[in-house]
Amino acid sequence: MIYGVLAGFETPEDLLRAIKKIRESRFTLFDAYTPFPIEGLDEALGIPENRVGLVALGGGACGATLGFGMQWYANVVAYPMNIAGKPDFSWPAFIPVTFELTILTAALFGALGMLVMNGLPRLYHPIFAVAEFRRASKDRFFICIEAADPLFDVFRVRSFLESLGAMDVREVAFETE
Amino acid sequence: MAEHTYASVTEKISGDVLSRPIQRLWMVGAICGFILINLLLFSVSWLFFRGIGIWGVNVPVAWGFAITNFVWWIGIGHAGTFISAFLYLMHQQWRGSINRFAEAMTLFAVACAGLFPLLHLGRPWFFYWLLPYPDTMGLWPQFRSPLVWDVFAVSTYLTVSLLFWYVGLIPDLASLRDEARKPWQKVFYGVLCLGWRGSAGHWSRYQSLYMILAGLATPLVVSVHSVVSMDFSVAVVPGWHSTIFPPFFVAGAIFSGFAMVLTIGIPLRKYFDLEDFITIHHLENCAKLLLVTGWIVIYSYAMEDFMAWYSGDIFDRYIQINRAFGDYSPAFWLLMTCNVLTPQLLWFKKVRTHVGALFIISLFIQLGMWTERYVIIVTSLHRDFMPSAWFKYHGSFWDWSTLVGSIGLFIFLFILFVRILPSVAISELRELLHKSRREEFK
Repeated sequence: MIYGVLAGFETPEDLLRAIKKIRESRFTLFDAYTPFPIEGLDEALGIPENRVGLVALGGGACGATLGFGMQWYANVVAYPMNIAGKPDFSWPAFIPVTFELTILTAALFGALGMLVMNGLPRLYHPIFAVAEFRRASKDRFFICIEAADPLFDVFRVRSFLESLGAMDVREVAFETE
Repeated sequence: MAEHTYASVTEKISGDVLSRPIQRLWMVGAICGFILINLLLFSVSWLFFRGIGIWGVNVPVAWGFAITNFVWWIGIGHAGTFISAFLYLMHQQWRGSINRFAEAMTLFAVACAGLFPLLHLGRPWFFYWLLPYPDTMGLWPQFRSPLVWDVFAVSTYLTVSLLFWYVGLIPDLASLRDEARKPWQKVFYGVLCLGWRGSAGHWSRYQSLYMILAGLATPLVVSVHSVVSMDFSVAVVPGWHSTIFPPFFVAGAIFSGFAMVLTIGIPLRKYFDLEDFITIHHLENCAKLLLVTGWIVIYSYAMEDFMAWYSGDIFDRYIQINRAFGDYSPAFWLLMTCNVLTPQLLWFKKVRTHVGALFIISLFIQLGMWTERYVIIVTSLHRDFMPSAWFKYHGSFWDWSTLVGSIGLFIFLFILFVRILPSVAISELRELLHKSRREEFK
């Protein structure tokens, strides 16, 4: 069983050109791995708009409602106290804490959402078994065509990737024997 | 930057962490920090044993060093997130090489700041009474008090800054994992980077999150010191009860924070030979921001005096005159020298591009900002409305030892940080390199 075939490119431009060719050849299951975010990569791969923003918005909305509600409960229902004759429900004074809690929950939800949707933490992945992949966090731009792709055929994919000018084309095994 | 490649940038910064031998200078710094931490621990133990009577505070000056130190540290902690978040939203690319250590500085400064209100509680073991939870006493915090807002503002600021810093570190930790040679390093950085692979989907969500955190952190920075300033301005004490306090405090915070960026950045770039990344251009930009925020602070000083005069309030007028010519006039004139006169040297390009001069000016500004908070707190409190309540305050030995000890804690944490984590954002440098190349290509 193999996971896919990995190919490295020297520059982001080479990577984008290769991705265009791969899509033209009707492969659907492949991913790119880069040392830094590259403009235009999402469009080239056809990655849909992500939902991190929505998750953060939802978290912020929860924080705002629950935070404001908590203060209302604390100072109006559970422990009302006369402070300088102000009404118990003096809501403008509750705004700073509501604001802080909104920011806090939005940031926490956003960060957790990013990790969960990215499938992290996941310390092991078959692709780490390829020694050359260490350069994906340094100066190499990789493409991996996955074996689950309906058009996948090891020999065809290998020679196809080589024809695109890939540097080192390697098979990614599921497990190292 | 021009002669660097993706590989050389990565190897340089990660090599400083992974394979650089421990040098004598680092050891000296670490030992100094460690000794001062012990001074802090000793002072705090004695404080817990005897109570806050060992400090110089007494009614009406109940807010001596502890609150001065709190406001000073949290102010210093403002530049890191300001650089990371606000300058990121403004597409200021020069932030790329200074944001990481500035964020670390923020975290450590907020950690130092957080100590003081707790130590100042009198019965610090009941600190959790500040948190809203259903307890058997049926007691709840009183949310109309800025002191309670402070708890939420500071803890949110610490959490969000930590998150922002850690999220920024993830791709760099992956670089360290891949560059590591020793097994323990591979495991340590491998676990910390959570298995980051740098796939296109990873980066897409990562960048969205980074933008969102920047957008959230920018108003947060402004809110935190505004809330801190409301601890003062909501009170009716003369010299505190003023609407200018929130913007005045925020400007002062960013002023002292950028000074700290210089205080730390200048030795850091020298020690790690980072002159290619933290260039004189970066230092000059920080100096310009010092000048700008310095002038906002000067304007606030002038407005305080003007409003005291214009309001016709005798207490406010008296406080302003008393600050300049009363018992604490030496502190006031020290503050004027450090915060008003010294930054004016930065008008000259020769000074802005002179590393040694910048370092000394930054130290003067730290001193000036500490003195500013001291003057605001002590002069207003020691002359209350009634002369029968007048009091003269001085910090005791334990006040000083706690302050110096907290500086030691900051130094020690920072000195550990530069050995364990990359002090410059590697993935952002690679991206900058890519962008600058593309521009040449065009």
